[in-house]
Amino acid sequence: MSAALTAHPTRRQMLAAGGLLALSVRPAAAQAVLEPELREAIARWCQGAVPQTGRITLDIAPLVENGNAVPVTLRVASPMTPTDHVREIAVFNERNPLRDVVRFHLGPANGRAEASTRIRLATTQHLVALARMADGSVWQHSLEVIVTLAACIEG
Amino acid sequence: MARTLIHLPPEPKRGEVIDIQVTIAHPMETGFRSNDQGVPMQRDILTHFECRFEGRTVFRAELHPAIAANPYIAFAWRVEGPGTLSFTWEGDKGFQQTETVALKVA
Repeated sequence: MSAALTAHPTRRQMLAAGGLLALSVRPAAAQAVLEPELREAIARWCQGAVPQTGRITLDIAPLVENGNAVPVTLRVASPMTPTDHVREIAVFNERNPLRDVVRFHLGPANGRAEASTRIRLATTQHLVALARMADGSVWQHSLEVIVTLAACIEG
Repeated sequence: MARTLIHLPPEPKRGEVIDIQVTIAHPMETGFRSNDQGVPMQRDILTHFECRFEGRTVFRAELHPAIAANPYIAFAWRVEGPGTLSFTWEGDKGFQQTETVALKVA
């Protein structure tokens, strides 16, 4: 279709090109470019380890009506044995006043790598969950949550 | 003393992995809000939660202002046998509270 684009494209051509552009931009936007402050908070927690994608799942409703108490569940694929278990789970956010949300410390005594809580979300934003394993490896899961009614910050 | 709710199965089997759910009544005031007069409200949150079995820590959490009021925490635990489970919350303004549950095992 680019061959059809002349020096003076018709309205129809412009619309078609715009549609194509939107389609091609979308996947890149979905690749979650995180804010610097959030990346720093994550890097501090990782202590030099490079997070890999997978093993941990952050379970949260994709569309949140009320940001004051949002149920979240963290699950990690781990046998939770004395040699192979989750040591710590951390959750970070992008647009609350502070980047930290919660940290869970686990061990083989838990039997299952799973924990839940209820969090506040100030607005639509990315969340990042990370898990540190007994071998020191770090795994992450990030996603975007849309919030329609924010947790009240003003009062 | 804040009201707490601790939920676990009544008589789990030894070796069974159970879900433990706890809630405590607490405002979790973030420190980012102002009152009606526009005066900033001091932060007052719970910062730590710990579950111990017979004195040994089995689960620990660090809480931040992003945790909703009346913090709810759920986690799994493999039943080691009968004994005492204790649940401790710590926070701002010297907050500390411990609840204990005598666990019976089927």
